[in-house]
Amino acid sequence: MNILSLFVLIPLLTIVGIVFTRNTKQTRLVSAVGMGIQLIMAGILIFMYLAERKAGNTAEMLFSFDALWFPTLNIHYSVGVDGISVAMIALTAIVVFAGIFASWTVDYLSKEFFISLILLASGVFGFFISLDLFTMFLFYELAVIPMYLLIGLWGSGPKEYSAMKLTLMLMAGSALLLVGLLGIYFNSAPGGGQLTFNIQEISKIQIPIEMQRFLFPFAFIGFGVLGALFPFHTWSPDGHASAPTAVSMLHAGVLMKLGGYGAFRVAIYLMPEAAHEQAWIFIILTSISVVYGAFGAIVQKDLKYINAYSSVSHCGLVLFAVLMMNQTAMNGAVIQMISHGLMTALFFALIGMIYGRTHTRMIQEMGGLMKVIPFLGVVYVIAGLASLGLPGLSGFVAEMTIFVGAFQHTDTFHRVVTIVATSSIVITAVYILRVVGILLLGPIKNDHYLQLTDAVWYEKLSTITLVISIAAIGLAPLWLSDMINVSLWPMVQRIAGNGLAGLL
Amino acid sequence: MIQGIPLYYFLVVSTLMFFIGIFGFLTRKNLITMLMSIELILNSVNINFVVFNKYLYPQNLQGHFFSIIVIAVAAAEAAVGIAIIINIYRNFRSIDVENVDQMKN
Amino acid sequence: MINYSYTILIPLIPFIVFLFTGLTGHRMKPVVSGIIGSAGLGIAAILSYYTAWQYFWHSHVAGSAYVPVKAFEVTWLRLNENLVINLGSLLDPISVMMLIVITTVSLMVHIYSIGYMKGERGYHRFFSFLSLFSFSMLGLVLATNIFQMYIFWELVGVSSFLLIGFYYEKPSAVAASKKAFIVTRFADLGFLIGILMLSFTTKTFDFISLTSPGGPAIASAGGATFLGFSVLVWSLIFIFMGGAGKSAMFPLHIWLPDAMEGPTPVSALIHAATMVVAGVYLVARLFPVFALGAPDALHVVAWVGGFSSLFAAVIACTQTDIKRVLAYSTMSQIGYMMLALGVSGYGGHEGLGFMASNWHLFTHAFFKSLLFLGAGAVIHAVHSNDMRDMGGLRKYLPVTHITFLIACFAIAGVPGFSGFFSKDEILSAAFEHNRVLFFIEYAVAGITAFYMFRLYYNIFWAKETHYHHTPHEAPYIMTIPLMILAFGSVFAGYLPFSHLVTSDGLPFAAHINWSVAIPSIIIALAGIGVATFMYMKTNGLPDKIANAIPHFYKWAYHKFYFDEIYLFVTKKIIFRYISTPIAWFDRHIVDGTMNGIAGLTQLTSNSIKDFQSGRLQQYGFVFVSGAVALALIFIFLW
Repeated sequence: MNILSLFVLIPLLTIVGIVFTRNTKQTRLVSAVGMGIQLIMAGILIFMYLAERKAGNTAEMLFSFDALWFPTLNIHYSVGVDGISVAMIALTAIVVFAGIFASWTVDYLSKEFFISLILLASGVFGFFISLDLFTMFLFYELAVIPMYLLIGLWGSGPKEYSAMKLTLMLMAGSALLLVGLLGIYFNSAPGGGQLTFNIQEISKIQIPIEMQRFLFPFAFIGFGVLGALFPFHTWSPDGHASAPTAVSMLHAGVLMKLGGYGAFRVAIYLMPEAAHEQAWIFIILTSISVVYGAFGAIVQKDLKYINAYSSVSHCGLVLFAVLMMNQTAMNGAVIQMISHGLMTALFFALIGMIYGRTHTRMIQEMGGLMKVIPFLGVVYVIAGLASLGLPGLSGFVAEMTIFVGAFQHTDTFHRVVTIVATSSIVITAVYILRVVGILLLGPIKNDHYLQLTDAVWYEKLSTITLVISIAAIGLAPLWLSDMINVSLWPMVQRIAGNGLAGLL
Repeated sequence: MIQGIPLYYFLVVSTLMFFIGIFGFLTRKNLITMLMSIELILNSVNINFVVFNKYLYPQNLQGHFFSIIVIAVAAAEAAVGIAIIINIYRNFRSIDVENVDQMKN
Repeated sequence: MINYSYTILIPLIPFIVFLFTGLTGHRMKPVVSGIIGSAGLGIAAILSYYTAWQYFWHSHVAGSAYVPVKAFEVTWLRLNENLVINLGSLLDPISVMMLIVITTVSLMVHIYSIGYMKGERGYHRFFSFLSLFSFSMLGLVLATNIFQMYIFWELVGVSSFLLIGFYYEKPSAVAASKKAFIVTRFADLGFLIGILMLSFTTKTFDFISLTSPGGPAIASAGGATFLGFSVLVWSLIFIFMGGAGKSAMFPLHIWLPDAMEGPTPVSALIHAATMVVAGVYLVARLFPVFALGAPDALHVVAWVGGFSSLFAAVIACTQTDIKRVLAYSTMSQIGYMMLALGVSGYGGHEGLGFMASNWHLFTHAFFKSLLFLGAGAVIHAVHSNDMRDMGGLRKYLPVTHITFLIACFAIAGVPGFSGFFSKDEILSAAFEHNRVLFFIEYAVAGITAFYMFRLYYNIFWAKETHYHHTPHEAPYIMTIPLMILAFGSVFAGYLPFSHLVTSDGLPFAAHINWSVAIPSIIIALAGIGVATFMYMKTNGLPDKIANAIPHFYKWAYHKFYFDEIYLFVTKKIIFRYISTPIAWFDRHIVDGTMNGIAGLTQLTSNSIKDFQSGRLQQYGFVFVSGAVALALIFIFLW
């Protein structure tokens, strides 16, 4: 059995297991065990990957496996991982694990809830291991669809509206994406011969430049919608605000990363020439995302909205870095995906826990919570500090890598947008401190809050998992960065023609 | 071949019956009357089947069979139709077709 | 070569203490966490003294230059083939000097706080934050490269944030901590941009290669220009912006007075002796680049420093909160240090300003932390920050009184006390390089003496206010640090600084320039005299003077309305004119477009849904007409 297929299989087996459970307690247990195994598997995968690399295996994709699935169109079930996918898989495993514990208290249709949640997760895992564009797209859809049910059924506030909006916008995005993917497919054999969906094979040929010009926007915007590219980001605030805790965590933490990951693994990697030509448009849009999202977050009143806008800003930075198309910046983009995934998941988990206690998400109605729920308060501050890029936590590593990388371009345009993007670190500080100041510090506004209890074990488990991951990346980023660099090197060579051999 | 009666006489009768049926179906508000109009339409078709068979292909019997099938189907249809109408009446206290324009209740 | 790799322990010990007391502190008796913190810092201090002894005296051949030693280094992050972020420790005269300053003051503050914070909620939190701060600050001064410095720079900022907001239930403390963080963060943005620019041209972060006279930084001085300055000058100006933010230089000073909301020992440690001089240290660290590659940037440093020192001194004369007076005084003194760097040249006696600046940093750390801790003892005794609630305290607080007086003499520049020596060197350096700034600094010297003694007399002399309960002297655990610091405030001036800390590492002979010193002594004494005349006995004179120049007094009292300008910028411009419109734009225009598309779809389907009316006869009619129409078409038009 190929180890990668296990990553799809384990969630599916967990779902089967959940079907046979009798009550909420068993359901939770089965989900936790399943996702716990998944987390351990992710750890094993990292070690196996590093060991393989150390043993001198220089293949681009490791642990690959290929089976013909639909011969007429030459669709394969083809899997394989490089350092980037390994990192993303680890991220997903961590966030899903934390998400299960964050939704410990779901008791309305809990079976269906966990099934949808894990189905979503298996879609994400499948996406990250796929090497075949069609299978990749399939898993992508598999991840998006359960979202509708999860928000529509277990959400809060205007949940039907938000679920509909989110699903429709993401579907519109995948429609664009499908055009892009099919376009790539039909141009995958310019000299005649068998058409293919395989990324590695396509990367060896050059799609005709006129087709690239036409297809690149489809593929990039298609993924960009999921990556909250301005102006296609508005599903994010509403969707996140209405979604239940674990869904927000998974969605902002992992699903949005499919956008960034796809944007460079598919759009830029397979169509580098068009990417170079059209990058400037998207660079402008993403720098707008970065600053605009941050400014938007300053005046929001709902905790989830603040975090959603902050996600727009941070995910904008991911796409921004991807478009810089050099090794350092793209490395930063991957680290930023992981870092943002972890800290936004932490944020949403905390917001869910605070909401579960105070029954409001309006920051003006809260205050002085640090005194009554010190554990959650401290973790919230840590998450905030990670978000504003404090050294020692993951955000700093990511942001600095991106900024330094982006600044290596010699022309004024790239420099100016980099400086614009750096200004986000100040604005981020403003909105994070505003929230911390109002929410946690100051006098207690409502006597009812004095009775609140601090985190219980499953909440602690969920948050501590994330905090440790954030701190681990922040304190010792070298192994992660090197792991990504090795895998980026051949891609950057193709994209920019100036990869950094000296690093390896 | 019926002596002295040309084919088109039958056709005129069946056409008249058909349009009377259509007219009744489109104008009457009562569901029972509409069902009766449908019977008229079906019977006009039956006449056509039989007549064409008799006049044009006397050696074959398909036309007759068809009309027998139609009669059987019409009987079944009438039964189902009246059952539906009775149910509609139970629900709406009326069998006026104008009132029955919504599927959901 | 001597192995200095143990120096990495100096920052690491406080870090471990921070983790330990932070995670387990709530389970132990409060005082235990204080003792653990102090013990950790004590070990760090002993290691620092040992390092200094080894570096300056033991391993050094007399007369030769002090060379920077990279004691320890690990790779933390590789950005590309040139730019690598390392963490390690770099020893050279200024970093060793800073080690002494930080560990000494921090140890004193730790010990003092055991007494001062007694009975406060969050005692262990306080000590774990103090350790975090000490760790960050030590990491900052030991930085081997500019990015490591930036990393610790941010950590210092956040520990300052945490400590200012220590009393987090007090809205004013929360606001002050927020302000401090955001203002310095804004300055750090400049620092970051500066680093990006500098590292792009030089392809290195490393301090040793950056500052070596033949290194890539200085070689790039003649590069492309922008608005008349070379890229190097711009990048240094941006970096200096970061320094100015941390060091509370005009116009980024506004956070410092508010930062006094923190507990007084914190003000002594962070906002007087160590963190606020990080900006000076930053400029000193990159001094060869400034001096040899970008003299224009150095002029900016000099003028910003000079102006800040005057500006702050004037405001200090009008404030009544004793900690705020000290805060403005700190800003003014740091202005001195910046100015000294700004007027310095590189190498030998030319580098007098560099030496003087570091010397002043050293002496200032002692007397200013002493002043703050003394003020803390006073506040501890009378439970108020306002000097109008004080008076006549010399009887009740004898130790505090004497040590405070020593510190006042030191800061005023009275001969024999440490401040006199360092300040005199600064004035000499200014005299040699920039006469305008030199005269400004003369004026500032006088004003400094005046406001310090205004403070002194208002606290310890003047009319005795009616106290609710008799003020009593602080316990020994608080007064002993005062005495130790008082000792330092006197004798730090007798160190042979020009032989130890110089711009190029080579010793040179510095002596007191009496033609500069004598007028400055007279000015200082005049300042003290005026203060004595006005404030020793309570009289109506100060009010009369204030009324004589009402507008100016009011302006100075309101700190020249800088807080209001900042409030205007943040509340009005950022919140009301940028963020609110953006949020509105997002909800109504961007999201509106999306909703509009959805609405349009709905409208279209609404308009065609009437076909499906549910009316059976309508369907029949359409069906029949269609059939008839088709029949007609087939019959007649085919």
